[in-house]
Amino acid sequence: MDLQLTWFVLLAVLVTGYVVLDGFDLGVGILYPFLPRGDEERTALRHSIGPFWDGNEVWLLTAAGALFAAFPPVYATVFSGFYLPLIAAVLGLIFRAVSIEYRSRDPKWGRMWDLAFFGGSLVPPVVFGVAAGNLVRGLPLDATGDSTASLGFLFNPFALLVGGLTVSLFVTHGASWLVLRTQGTLRERARRTASAAHWVTAAAIVAATAGAAIAAPEHVGHVLAHWPGWVAVGGVIAGLVAARVGMHRGRAGWSFAGSAVTLASLVAVWAAGSFPVMVPGWAGSPSLSARDSSSSHLALSAMLVIAAIGVPVVLAYTALIYRTFTRSRVGGDGADGTEDSAY
Amino acid sequence: MDPVLLSRIQFAFTIGFHFLFVPLSLGLSLAIVAAERRYRRSGSPSDRAASDFWIRLFTSTFAIGVATGITMEFSFGTNWAGYSRFVGDVFGAPLAAEALFSFFLESTFLGVLLFGRGRVSGRFYYAATWLVALGAHLSALWIVIANSWQQTPAGYEVVGGRAVLTDFFAAMMNPSTLPRFSHAVVATWVAGAFFVAGVCAYYLRRGRHREFALAALKPALAFALVASLAMPVIGHWHAGQVWKTQPAKLAAFEGRYESGPNAGMSLFGWVDEDRKRLRFALVAPDVLSFALGGSADTVVAGLDSFPAADRPPVQFTFQTYHLMVALGLYFIAVAALGLYLALRGRLERQPFFLRVLAWSIPLPLLANEVGWAAAEVGRQPWIVYGELRTSDAVSVVVPASHIALSLGLFAAVYALLFAAWLRVVVGIIRRGPAVVEEA
Repeated sequence: MDLQLTWFVLLAVLVTGYVVLDGFDLGVGILYPFLPRGDEERTALRHSIGPFWDGNEVWLLTAAGALFAAFPPVYATVFSGFYLPLIAAVLGLIFRAVSIEYRSRDPKWGRMWDLAFFGGSLVPPVVFGVAAGNLVRGLPLDATGDSTASLGFLFNPFALLVGGLTVSLFVTHGASWLVLRTQGTLRERARRTASAAHWVTAAAIVAATAGAAIAAPEHVGHVLAHWPGWVAVGGVIAGLVAARVGMHRGRAGWSFAGSAVTLASLVAVWAAGSFPVMVPGWAGSPSLSARDSSSSHLALSAMLVIAAIGVPVVLAYTALIYRTFTRSRVGGDGADGTEDSAY
Repeated sequence: MDPVLLSRIQFAFTIGFHFLFVPLSLGLSLAIVAAERRYRRSGSPSDRAASDFWIRLFTSTFAIGVATGITMEFSFGTNWAGYSRFVGDVFGAPLAAEALFSFFLESTFLGVLLFGRGRVSGRFYYAATWLVALGAHLSALWIVIANSWQQTPAGYEVVGGRAVLTDFFAAMMNPSTLPRFSHAVVATWVAGAFFVAGVCAYYLRRGRHREFALAALKPALAFALVASLAMPVIGHWHAGQVWKTQPAKLAAFEGRYESGPNAGMSLFGWVDEDRKRLRFALVAPDVLSFALGGSADTVVAGLDSFPAADRPPVQFTFQTYHLMVALGLYFIAVAALGLYLALRGRLERQPFFLRVLAWSIPLPLLANEVGWAAAEVGRQPWIVYGELRTSDAVSVVVPASHIALSLGLFAAVYALLFAAWLRVVVGIIRRGPAVVEEA
């Protein structure tokens, strides 16, 4: 068994889990200051993600842990190489996590918690998108594999474009979630937002593709050089089309699923274009590859056993929670937001 | 400024802050299981109100603990890239397992605690309290496994400048894993029990929520006493392991410079690091030798057995360790006296003692903090004992100015979070459990 390939794929699966699941609740957070009118609708927005967001975020922590365990040099290079942006993302995630829990318990600081929820939902996707862009474009690596990139280097136009694309993807995904989960005029506004955001996302994907062809032509060539890349590209297009068709036919489930497929396929495009390279070297500097940056055979095997035990259990109770808490919509008459019922 | 020092300060600050909420969360996770169990059995509205009250306190605390934990997982890569490359093969697996086995569990079922009342069955809700408690404890297990490997590395060999796993179970169950896990977890139980007891004492002294406070106080004090009494036993076991596997740390705990038999144990003292001796100390002669080896002839290594470059900071390690021990003795005394008074039904007439109980709430948190500090600083100058020095572990590409900036941001954000937590938790306690009109 090719353990390095297996862990590369599993890592992509964890990242996919993160963007598909946390993507919608981050999107809801970005829409939070703009979409709802009045406190009641704001509460409905928070409740639509209430029981889910925390578990969703764990996909990121698991992906980071798996990267550390399976490819330690890559974890070390990427995390130290993106030092300040990642600190900003972490502070955003912390603020956001606390704001969601404290908003209802601490009405006096409500304004601040609202702002924290919005900022904490916006900053991480920008950072993660910028990071993804740089992982396609390449980083200047020294002989020990450390990144010597300055902040100016990291925030290049292509990376910023991918950062913008990530925000747009999450906004589309979040708005689609709200169409599924809310009702009344709020839902109507979410529908219009999802539709507009979908066009922006489609345009941003085209722009990012063109940007990649200029900034990282080898990556684009690599995507198209073998069948997984073609499947992934097909998935991006199919997801976009399915989402649009769903919007036209009033099938909110299709739109949400389509947006999820787009997100997952974009991760697959990155993976197909990269493997075995994990951090490409900029301008001829050495790259970090899954082949020479992985943990030992024993460590990867032990981790595989851990994953084989843990992942099915996690998937089972995550599914149970989604079923339990999506029986009725939030907001309006059928309000099922019973957050702090005893409060 | 030195980037190594800055990264150390940042790690100490962020983990120290995180670790204020961890012991309270673990301890209170048992309280919510007990409270919800009581409600499941009686079905009475007042027991429901009591359970909701503890769950509110628990979730408000847990939320901050979970959020600030994110920093820790990222910090190995951001600030300690050299460390990450060296240990990843061994250290990464427990971190990933922690995320998979416990972060998912606790986060998912925390959602049930927050949103599930009235929407899931009573049994489901009760199960959620158990699962959150289980998740929190599993989290402690995996992170203590990882940290213990730094203290007493095992099951690996160093190949090409990095530790390579050779025996998974030997690495996970390294010599300090079990004593340190037991020590840390029972310490969190002490914190939880004193928190519950302190809140109840506050109500009794104010004459509020009398039934509620009396019902919870006795079990809380009994649990506090059992857990506090277990601490010296576990501590003794742990100290024996430190003596065998990290002798320099043990010497620093006791401020001992000279090796030899008839080692004494000091109750307090001041380390004169220049003259290499202990001053103003109250020492019980021979006790350390006897406790570690069963006889006064047991030779205990002093710091003079180690090159100066391999010694931890002595004063800090000595003082934090001794403060922890003193607090541990205080907890036994207070819990025993409190339980005695409670069993005699005389607690309500002791306003001074009730005040002591209420003001004792932060002390177990302090004991948890200084105990960890002693364990971690006592490991210095090593980040992986005997294998990798802390000074060789940092991210060399991160400039000191960036670390200073991030440290400033963490300080500001965490100060704000602490203020918010304090306001919310004090508010919940002031309002108290919902008052139920018994029909």
